[in-house]
Amino acid sequence: MVNLALAWAEAYQTIHPESRLSVTGGGSGTGIAALINGTVDIANASRQINPEEVADAKANGITPVEFVVARDAIAIIVNPGNPVDHLTLQQISDMYSGRIGRWTEVGGEDRPIVRLSRETNSGTHVYFLERVLRLSDPDNETFFSADTLLLPSSEGITSEIRYNRNAIGYDGLGYVTDEVKVVPVSEGPDGPFVLPSAESVTDNRYPVARDLYMYTAGEPSGGILEYLLWILGPEGQSLVSQLGFVPVEGEP
Amino acid sequence: MRASLGEILITRFIRIAGYSAVAFIGMIFVFLILEGAPTLGQVPVSTLVGERWYPIEGQFGMLPLLFGSFLVTVGAALVAVPLGVGTAIFISEVAPRWARELLKPLIELLAGFPSVMLGFLGIVILAPQLYSILGLATGLTAFTGALLLGWIALPTVVSVGEDALDAVPRTYREAAMALGATSWQTIWRVTLPAARSGVLTGVLLGMGRALGETMAVMMVTGNAPTLPTGLEAIFRPIRTMTATIAAEMGEVAQGSVHYHTLFFIGIVLFLTSLIVNLAAASVVFRQRTRGERMLS
Repeated sequence: MVNLALAWAEAYQTIHPESRLSVTGGGSGTGIAALINGTVDIANASRQINPEEVADAKANGITPVEFVVARDAIAIIVNPGNPVDHLTLQQISDMYSGRIGRWTEVGGEDRPIVRLSRETNSGTHVYFLERVLRLSDPDNETFFSADTLLLPSSEGITSEIRYNRNAIGYDGLGYVTDEVKVVPVSEGPDGPFVLPSAESVTDNRYPVARDLYMYTAGEPSGGILEYLLWILGPEGQSLVSQLGFVPVEGEP
Repeated sequence: MRASLGEILITRFIRIAGYSAVAFIGMIFVFLILEGAPTLGQVPVSTLVGERWYPIEGQFGMLPLLFGSFLVTVGAALVAVPLGVGTAIFISEVAPRWARELLKPLIELLAGFPSVMLGFLGIVILAPQLYSILGLATGLTAFTGALLLGWIALPTVVSVGEDALDAVPRTYREAAMALGATSWQTIWRVTLPAARSGVLTGVLLGMGRALGETMAVMMVTGNAPTLPTGLEAIFRPIRTMTATIAAEMGEVAQGSVHYHTLFFIGIVLFLTSLIVNLAAASVVFRQRTRGERMLS
């Protein structure tokens, strides 16, 4: 999400040269920790703040206020020659954990399944682990199968799926190209099977989507409020679409 | 005669340059130890020698990474040594002058080829080809990495090996010919054994390059930390130590257990190449003394 935060800050500074913004990366935990310690005005996070962090912040006299600033969908992608045209979250979980080893078991060809994932340092990897492999169940301790290919970039995943009919992968909706096939996914066993799109994410029908947050220390005011209103307004949200994320609708 | 000021300065400069090289190696080693050693206090040894590497859940088993580095390096040697020594012999002993003067700079140019470009070619061309020709589950395998690494190590093997062969005195070859040896017998029985230590140095430098190579390996081996179940492991994805450090160092929180463990991998990598080099040095040394005894 650091790309998005940087794009916003850059665009905002060209319109409002008098404003001073600086953006630092490091992951959601880093941003929230900095907010708790009072070293930043806004923390960007691709996950929700947890109760312990809220308690820590309150102990420091800071009340975090949450804003959903964009949404992100993770698409499940396969080779265009792969006949599989729908999958349930349970099936995807079983494929990645190694309980299912061949495509025939999910209605595909008699081929081995080659699992592709982003590297473990990617926020997308962690989200996919919690939402899909563990089906959002905190007590579920399913792992990625050890032979899951960990690729360092979205391009790596796309270029492997482009030629490999055995492969299954996942990637942010913004990175999906015409060279791969997106598989409709359902939450439960009987459907409905939904393709990721701006619409299906906005009306909460696509199951593998997450909110992206900004947290402020207390109710925002002055320049910070103006900045947040701009982000949530048409200009800020058009940048969201440009970067391949899903915009949020309505006023804060 | 009093040494001029210029001479004193130059002597000083050369001395400092020499010492600083030693000092840098020492400082790197101290830094590695300082950053890596805390791992031994934080992670039980039984975990470190475990077979599962999944750092975000506290699983730091390094066996798959050691195995991965070992497999691609040995694979690269199997590609680079016959090809490299053969090429060195061809350039030094067989090729006509014009071919030699064309080949040598070309091969040295290859040594300067950025490995990220080779990795890119590996992803776009080599992996899809291996997938369809060999019928593999995926083209991102240890074999793909070994082929690329062999290619990367090749110029070093050729260049150093050729220099060593070239340094063998003419008189050796003339003596062999005078005794009625054929060209092949001269090369195989006289020239190559005489240049053995230099050729071996080239091979080991090449292996060092392969062991430490990161970018190309990370791009084509699939980075799956698996342990072998049999010989077919060469056609399966693996994860090397170097790729692990490169992939994970960027986002790791400084001072965390994971951070120290990545430096610990660095220590293991450093010690591995040190052992390889020491073993090589002792082999070279022993052979040289024996050769000298025979000649004297």
